[in-house]
Amino acid sequence: MISDIFTSYSFICAVLFVILSPLVGGIIMGLDRKLTARMQGRVGPPVLQPLYDIFKLFEKENIVVHGSQNFWVFSYLVFMIVTGVLFFAGGDILLVIFALTLAHVFVVLGAYSTGSPYAHIGAERELIQLMAVEPMIIIAAIGLYEITGSFDTAGIIQSPVAPIIFLPGIFVGMVYILTMKLGKSPFDLATSHHAHQELVKGLTTEFSGSTFAMTELAHLYELIFLLGFLFLFFGLAAPLIGILAVIVVYVLEIFIDNATSRVKWQLALKSCWIVTVVLGCVNLFALYLI
Amino acid sequence: MDVLIFLILFPLIAAILMLLLPNGKVRDTVVKIAALITAAGSVYLFVESFGKGITYVSIGSSLLGSVMIVAELALSLFIIGISIKFKHYLIAVLAVVQAAILTYSEHFTPFDAALSHEFFVDEFSVIMALIIGIIGSLICVYSVGYMRGYHEMHPEIKDHRKLFFFIVFLFLSAMFGVVFSNQIVWLLFFWEITTVCSFLLIGYARDKIAWKNAFWALLLNTVGGVGFAVAVMFIMLYTGDASYIYLNDLIAAGPGVAMVPAALIGFAGLTKSAQMPFSSWLVGAMVAPTPVSALLHSSTMVKAGVYIIVRFAPIFEASLTGAIIAVIGGATFLLASAIAIGQSNGKKVLAYSTIANLGLIVACAGIGTQEAVWAAILLIIFHAVAKSLLFLSVGSVEHQKHSRDIEDMSGLISTMPKIAVMMLIGMAGMFLAPFGMLISKWATIHAFVNAIPPFGVLLIAMIAFGSGITVFFWAKWMGRLIEVQGTSDKPLKHEATSNEMFTLYSLAGLTVFTCLAFPLISRYLIEPYIGGVYGSVSELLSLNNILIMLIMMVLILLLPLSIGHFGKGRTIKSQYMGARPANAGLSFAGSMGVTKEVTLSNYYIENMFGEKDLAHFSVVLTIFLLIVLAVVVVLNITGVVIGA
Repeated sequence: MISDIFTSYSFICAVLFVILSPLVGGIIMGLDRKLTARMQGRVGPPVLQPLYDIFKLFEKENIVVHGSQNFWVFSYLVFMIVTGVLFFAGGDILLVIFALTLAHVFVVLGAYSTGSPYAHIGAERELIQLMAVEPMIIIAAIGLYEITGSFDTAGIIQSPVAPIIFLPGIFVGMVYILTMKLGKSPFDLATSHHAHQELVKGLTTEFSGSTFAMTELAHLYELIFLLGFLFLFFGLAAPLIGILAVIVVYVLEIFIDNATSRVKWQLALKSCWIVTVVLGCVNLFALYLI
Repeated sequence: MDVLIFLILFPLIAAILMLLLPNGKVRDTVVKIAALITAAGSVYLFVESFGKGITYVSIGSSLLGSVMIVAELALSLFIIGISIKFKHYLIAVLAVVQAAILTYSEHFTPFDAALSHEFFVDEFSVIMALIIGIIGSLICVYSVGYMRGYHEMHPEIKDHRKLFFFIVFLFLSAMFGVVFSNQIVWLLFFWEITTVCSFLLIGYARDKIAWKNAFWALLLNTVGGVGFAVAVMFIMLYTGDASYIYLNDLIAAGPGVAMVPAALIGFAGLTKSAQMPFSSWLVGAMVAPTPVSALLHSSTMVKAGVYIIVRFAPIFEASLTGAIIAVIGGATFLLASAIAIGQSNGKKVLAYSTIANLGLIVACAGIGTQEAVWAAILLIIFHAVAKSLLFLSVGSVEHQKHSRDIEDMSGLISTMPKIAVMMLIGMAGMFLAPFGMLISKWATIHAFVNAIPPFGVLLIAMIAFGSGITVFFWAKWMGRLIEVQGTSDKPLKHEATSNEMFTLYSLAGLTVFTCLAFPLISRYLIEPYIGGVYGSVSELLSLNNILIMLIMMVLILLLPLSIGHFGKGRTIKSQYMGARPANAGLSFAGSMGVTKEVTLSNYYIENMFGEKDLAHFSVVLTIFLLIVLAVVVVLNITGVVIGA
């Protein structure tokens, strides 16, 4: 019934997600930049710099190339929040995944609508990335269902055994595509958050001021959502190990980001699919044999 | 239930009228009136049969049985005659074989032996009738304007519009016949009419390529027809009970009796619904005028194929036969989607996406659980609405731009804003949450996780990959439509004829309507049908998820309002051009004083998703699956025959 999803508990989770994600996400992003700087022998910006950036962007002049682009970006932000709300409120994980895809299609359409060559290529690459990661995410959702018997995140997280015990392949596969989802090297094909690659920012080339701030904000929401997704593999059966594992994975991502150079999109696509088949599908298939 | 007979006969009468009326205003008006009456008839059927479950109708005249035998013979003679005339002897041979099998079976068990309930209507038939009646009729209205323009644009093609409208209405009549027939021989008769109609429509232009593709379609569908005839023979000679010639009795008898006929008719369904390896006929069918493609792809023909497979779904549940059919469907979904990536011809992308979506429906039917059938019927509905909208939109764009290439549709939002918006609605309907197709895809995944291992996992993997691929090829097309480079483009005053616009608006409205009303469609049509067939209905869609989808839907409908807000207080600048713009437009200042214009185009990744290689691979794969299916069926037949 309706009460299932609108219980006070899931309602609180959803509200906390909406309010705290920019802050927590901003701090994580700030630590990311700090750590990255240290790896490169720099001092790095203050931890809260990503948030300062967003505030600054909101103050800037509203410059657009095409009248409709802000609408698409705004829809992107809205649906990124919807994705996270659905996820943290304990909704159906497949719906969450489809809402995520919808959000990304919005930002891609925003990039297309500018008619700019750089944004165009960024949009095409973002679509290739979407195509590359979607199978793995769906398979991860199915894997979680097979172990916990629930498609709702509320049910998955309450699983008495940590799903990772049965889903090691799928977890590794998720970590692999996480690099792409976070826009980190070697899969920062469509756009990148980092100073060392922002000469021409692909997808977001033509977004500026408050529009660009919206994409940054959406990234923070997505970051929290993705880390939450990883946490599902541990759930309430092993919460501390789960938090630790998420931190380790994120530090690993930062390390990979700094240790690798960008690959061609062909390799990105093929490798994601191969990983999905080898780790994802085989893991799923193995569940039937146990 | 006279309205049922009316729905079959009225389009037939309208069809004959079309042959008599000359081109002109009178005929155009008659087409619209006939379309309106047909649509109204299907709605009336829905109202009258609402909540009544399954109702049987009998004409009760043995005369009609003989009329049909004569008509069937005439149909066979027509196929044989025309294929001999054009030297397609294989088709002639197949038609002879089919006629011989039927005559042989009829010799032992005459048709009129048990004339009692040769027609029926239940919720599934009503859904199909609404699709045929409403969408089919809208396509007729669209054709009035489109075909006039078509002949102005192609003066070299002889004007056969009388015949065109005759066939289109005949087609609708036959489709109603297919979905209302309970007696399987009747069903086969209407089935064959749709084959011949599509053959004539594909060959409409009567040039070399049109005939070639038309005969290819005829050949593949006749192969299916032979399978269907063998099923009839099997029922009549080996099941030992004449009542099994009725669809409802046959399905109620369970897999023990019905498995062999279900597999054979399912095979015929695979050919008709253009599943691999038979998909090539539907791709070839796009040589026909656009309304024909819309008709074949959305409300008729291919829908007859999936209709019959979904009917037999309870028989396929948890069987090897069903699993093989499901895997053929799943493979078709994945591979046809992949081929669509490499196509820049808009109609071809639509064709492959149709094949892919039908594959998904077939996969659901092959799995045959309640949830899967629920998803399959939803897919049929959503696909019919959105795909007809897309085909007809592309047709209207083609009339203005003289191209159906996606690359030529760049910036369509500024030159043809109305049609571009409707195309965006149609495409969103095809792949985006929370629009229709996605609801079905979601239900499909839910259905497959519990399906017979290991086929369930295999199908899930196919859907997971196919789903990502679908996002790619639709979104890049959407992007092309809204990609505006210059500011000089002014909207066309006249995007299409009023008939065309009326149809497009109606279909766009229907797309949104079905997305909003799907919980009601599920509650009052699909669930009662499933309850009737399976005896009980488990909860298929929780209220929570319905609410979430509706909230998302409303959000999507409201978001465009923000365009007004974002229009205020902005500064418009031209695109970033790597700091070397030559002028205000999209051009670079190159070396030696050369100015380079920027041209953008989409990725088609032909070295990975080339049509030729993938099509070749899929044909080999699916033929192998068909051989496995054939072995299973033969083993089944041997079992039954020895047992008897």
